[in-house]
Amino acid sequence: MTSLLSVSNLRVGFGRDPARNEIVKGVSFDLAAGETLAIVGESGSGKSVTALSINRLVDFGGGRIIGGSIKLTRADESILDITLAKEPMLEKIRGSEIGMIFQEPMTSLNPVLSIGTQIEESFRLHRGLTGRQAIAAAKDALDRVRIPDAARRLKYAPNQLSGGMLQRVMIATALACNPRLLIADEPTTALDVTVQAQIMALLGELKRETGMAMIFITHDIGLVAGIADKVMVMQAGQAVEQGALGEVLDRPQHPYTQHLLSAVPHFESGRAARTDFTRKEKETPALDVEGLVVRFKVKGGFFSRAQGSVHAVENVSFKLMPGETLAIVGESGSGKSTTARAILGLVRPTRGSFATHMGSIADATDPSVQMVFQNPYASLNPRLRVDSILAEPVIAGGGRVTAETREKMKALLKRVGLPEDSLDRYPHQFSGGQRQRLCIARALMLNPSVVVLDEAVSALDVSVQAKVLELLVDLQKEFGLAYLFVSHDMAVVERIAHRIAVLYAGQIVEIGDAASILSNPQHSYTKRLISAVPSIDRRNQRFEIDTRQVPSLVRPPGYEPPEAQWREFGPDHRARAEA
Amino acid sequence: MSMLRAIFSHPSGRIGGTIVVIYVVVAMLGMFGITPHNPLQQYRIDRLHAPSMVYWMGTDLFGRDVASRLMKGVGQSFLVGVSAVALASIAGTVLGLTAAWFGKAWDGIVMRVMDVLLAFPAILLALLIIAVAGPGTWTSVAAIAIVYMPIFTRVVRGPALSIKSREFVDAARTFGSSRRYILTHHLLLNLVAPLTVQVTLALAWSLLTEAGLSFLGLGTQPPSSSLGLMLADSRNLMETAPWLLIFPAITIMISILGFNLLGDALRDILDPKTRSRTA
Amino acid sequence: MSYLARRLLTFPLVMLGVSILVFVAIRMVPGDAITAMLGTEAGLLTSAQRAALAAYFGIDQPILVQYWKWLLGVFQGDLGISVTHGKPVLSIILERFPLTLQLALMSMCVALAVGLPAGIFAATRNEKLSDLGVRIFAMIGQSTPNFVVGLLLIYALSAGFGVLPTMGEFTPFLTDPLRNLGQMILPAVTLGFAFAASVTRISRSAMLDVLSDDYVRTARSKGVPKMSVIWRHALPNALIPVVTLSGVEFGYLLGGAVLVEQIYALPGLGRLVLEAILQRDYALVQGCVLFIAFNFLVVNLLVDLLYVTLDPRIRLGEGG
Repeated sequence: MTSLLSVSNLRVGFGRDPARNEIVKGVSFDLAAGETLAIVGESGSGKSVTALSINRLVDFGGGRIIGGSIKLTRADESILDITLAKEPMLEKIRGSEIGMIFQEPMTSLNPVLSIGTQIEESFRLHRGLTGRQAIAAAKDALDRVRIPDAARRLKYAPNQLSGGMLQRVMIATALACNPRLLIADEPTTALDVTVQAQIMALLGELKRETGMAMIFITHDIGLVAGIADKVMVMQAGQAVEQGALGEVLDRPQHPYTQHLLSAVPHFESGRAARTDFTRKEKETPALDVEGLVVRFKVKGGFFSRAQGSVHAVENVSFKLMPGETLAIVGESGSGKSTTARAILGLVRPTRGSFATHMGSIADATDPSVQMVFQNPYASLNPRLRVDSILAEPVIAGGGRVTAETREKMKALLKRVGLPEDSLDRYPHQFSGGQRQRLCIARALMLNPSVVVLDEAVSALDVSVQAKVLELLVDLQKEFGLAYLFVSHDMAVVERIAHRIAVLYAGQIVEIGDAASILSNPQHSYTKRLISAVPSIDRRNQRFEIDTRQVPSLVRPPGYEPPEAQWREFGPDHRARAEA
Repeated sequence: MSMLRAIFSHPSGRIGGTIVVIYVVVAMLGMFGITPHNPLQQYRIDRLHAPSMVYWMGTDLFGRDVASRLMKGVGQSFLVGVSAVALASIAGTVLGLTAAWFGKAWDGIVMRVMDVLLAFPAILLALLIIAVAGPGTWTSVAAIAIVYMPIFTRVVRGPALSIKSREFVDAARTFGSSRRYILTHHLLLNLVAPLTVQVTLALAWSLLTEAGLSFLGLGTQPPSSSLGLMLADSRNLMETAPWLLIFPAITIMISILGFNLLGDALRDILDPKTRSRTA
Repeated sequence: MSYLARRLLTFPLVMLGVSILVFVAIRMVPGDAITAMLGTEAGLLTSAQRAALAAYFGIDQPILVQYWKWLLGVFQGDLGISVTHGKPVLSIILERFPLTLQLALMSMCVALAVGLPAGIFAATRNEKLSDLGVRIFAMIGQSTPNFVVGLLLIYALSAGFGVLPTMGEFTPFLTDPLRNLGQMILPAVTLGFAFAASVTRISRSAMLDVLSDDYVRTARSKGVPKMSVIWRHALPNALIPVVTLSGVEFGYLLGGAVLVEQIYALPGLGRLVLEAILQRDYALVQGCVLFIAFNFLVVNLLVDLLYVTLDPRIRLGEGG
């Protein structure tokens, strides 16, 4: 096999003085035709910059290649050093020999041009096709990425398609001219798990069909297993380890690779579920949710008549015991966050009741239930100092900030692993993980019995995730906290949940013991969700492409869903019966 | 202190900041009458005297010292500008903040009224107000304030709406923080940056409008001096006594430029999104 | 409800608000309504004449009835009679309007012809010397009131070249296009100067924003040549804020015409407003203000229509 791409000692810097601000510090690798290399690393590792250097898009982001070479063997067997190529030559290569897809399909397509126009463009540029021919070629390209009803969809504007569909359009565009190399920069990070699985399956099939080589950039080492031939692990601008897939995953040499593989949560089909809690049904629940319904009116027409309702949460009930973690899992639009927000009073429930051991929660806020939000950058007021931030719950509860309160702040900060002098600092002086620790400390200021964690670790880097999860488990044991853990990430859920409730289209479809559900899912949606989770274990399994869409949640006025029928599958495991 | 350092290490902040400081000093001197000559004194033998050591910027048709009148005029327009912007920003902020927070009918009423005010070209609305209330300094203040108020309302309402849906406000609500605490500590505190920028730009705009109104004879009334009036007086004399045109014209341009530059610099410094671009 | 339907619905609402404001404003003139209507001449009237006039104009009726009658009149094109001209207000306005419209349109052309290319040029040469030059021009342009621009232009022309702008009798375009354009070009440049500066600034920053957007990176990854990236992918998106600005600035042009027409002694609508205010011809003030606000609103509505064709996100009624 001849080498398609040979990168040696690549160094890339940014800013006015690129030599001093080096992001990629001497990376080398080879890629043969038809081979797939996965580049794995956390944010700031230089993996994306490496990828963007290969087609020199890095130039437009303020980066400069300051050393090394990138040798591409072109279709006519000539060898071109991309680091030395001039812009007109690069324009010829981009799209025709090197295609690229990006992380955010929602923003990566031009909002004012139809998707057909954007796909045709590649054919016009590199193949010289015009008019009908270009349109026909674009339709074929959409067919190839399994978009149903392609001819009609060509006229759509990007905002009319979902994220998963848009990523397929991106792939169709990138592969329009059959490039021999596809660079995929975190192509599934912004997508739901089941959509991610479909995009991964599609990429796999297209790779087999066209024989293209691929560079796949990801932060998720679990995702690598299903697609890559070779793996390169990057840390702080350097390739710390590279080799064949099996070698790296099974016998990692470098400590950082070992850390990524061991410390980072990987999905293990329920084998890693927690066993440190036994549920006693007689006990008073820390939180009892009964028949929660949340509907949002949809207004439309000329006079804003209600045309129906979005049934965001439909008849959700569960009991959360003291010291227990219930994970609510589901994909975007499943109603999991709305459930959490309704419990905290941020969304007004249409029906249903909550009760804590303090009594039932009406409109007023209950200090025994606290919340930690997803985005640690948005959930702390940037203009308040940490002491003011921690004091807020106390002030809100009508208390005064006394010396005692300050002692409590200091103790909590220490407990969540933050430095002593944190009180006098502002949020922007902390990293993402530290901010999330701050949020946890704030939630604990009022000694709650229930903490609602809404995607609380999703925005963090994988290795930081592991540490925050560890902290959460320790705090739970120490204070006897009950957690309601809302997440889309099955691997994380497996590490923290005692019980799991799977939410689909606003309804609980399966609920029960975590190990039982993860190892032996019963509802078809739970099965689909779990089989979509990328894992090192099941690296050779195929995932079937499925173009089913999530059902619409908009119902006509007055609609009431039928009573749910449940089937029991164990002492604490039941699933909704399916038609 | 760190804010001052940031302004003066920003290229346009340095220029704008310097101009604004000099402008304010001149305005204060003019306001308190600390000028080289009495701006109303008519030196009849020195009518239309070219700039000299005695009359730094020459004299006008009545033999009045241009430099002194200019300083007095700067003080006058600064007084009008600061009062108008103070009124507009306070009223606009209260309206915008409450519109964003209470939403629904109140938001609808406030924003429709602002739409109506914005349906007039700015200077025309000012003229209408002056037509009704009669020309004069305080009418100009009221006119400029009313014309600019909708802009403050919008500048506050937009960000306030987006801050209101930020997670830290959600967090505050889960603790049960009072409405007053959320409005002052979360919303207003985060609006300080856009408001500061807008106040600076509004000052530039009010200087411009005040000069225009007095140029038309509808602002400051003679014999008080104002830059606009001086320019109006220079129209028929610009060929024989160009200093009557040049000095006030340049003063107006540079002072407005100063506030605009400072506003731009503040925007860069206070808004992290644009900061990354200029850094 | 779609964006367009909402806009069409708010238009008459805002217009109604404008009419109320104008009506009420004029009623707030110190002194009684007869004075407001007849201006200074009202002082010569006897009290019997006053009462007769009040009955004639319906001023003795409740304010709501008065407003309603006035509004009905406005709908029929009756904006009242100007005391100083002795003619219907609407006919005077329509006489003066073409000049102001021509002035505004010419200024707009000047501004867009200078501002757009300058802004795009500056954006594609970010942080280089030419960019700096364009930015300085834009900053100065924005900071100079149009009457100062006008005065300086006249001075520079007369002092530098000994030419004075043709101040003589105004010639309508249809009578003598060349002479008309000769008279209008300086006023148009004067009025368009600041507008050109804002177009430059907005198109520069919009272009810079757009050029760092993800879809531009996508276009580049497809091998789209530089010029095509700018014109085909970036410009349509960057134009959206420029279009918004143009709508808002059109109002500014109509207002700015007051000063520019004053300087160049052009008998347009702006000068008419000013004369009416100085002569306390309130019916004329009222008519002019209402007329200009109406035009401004119509232009903004047209801009919104243009918006909709530019941006499918709005056309399809979904959030962006």
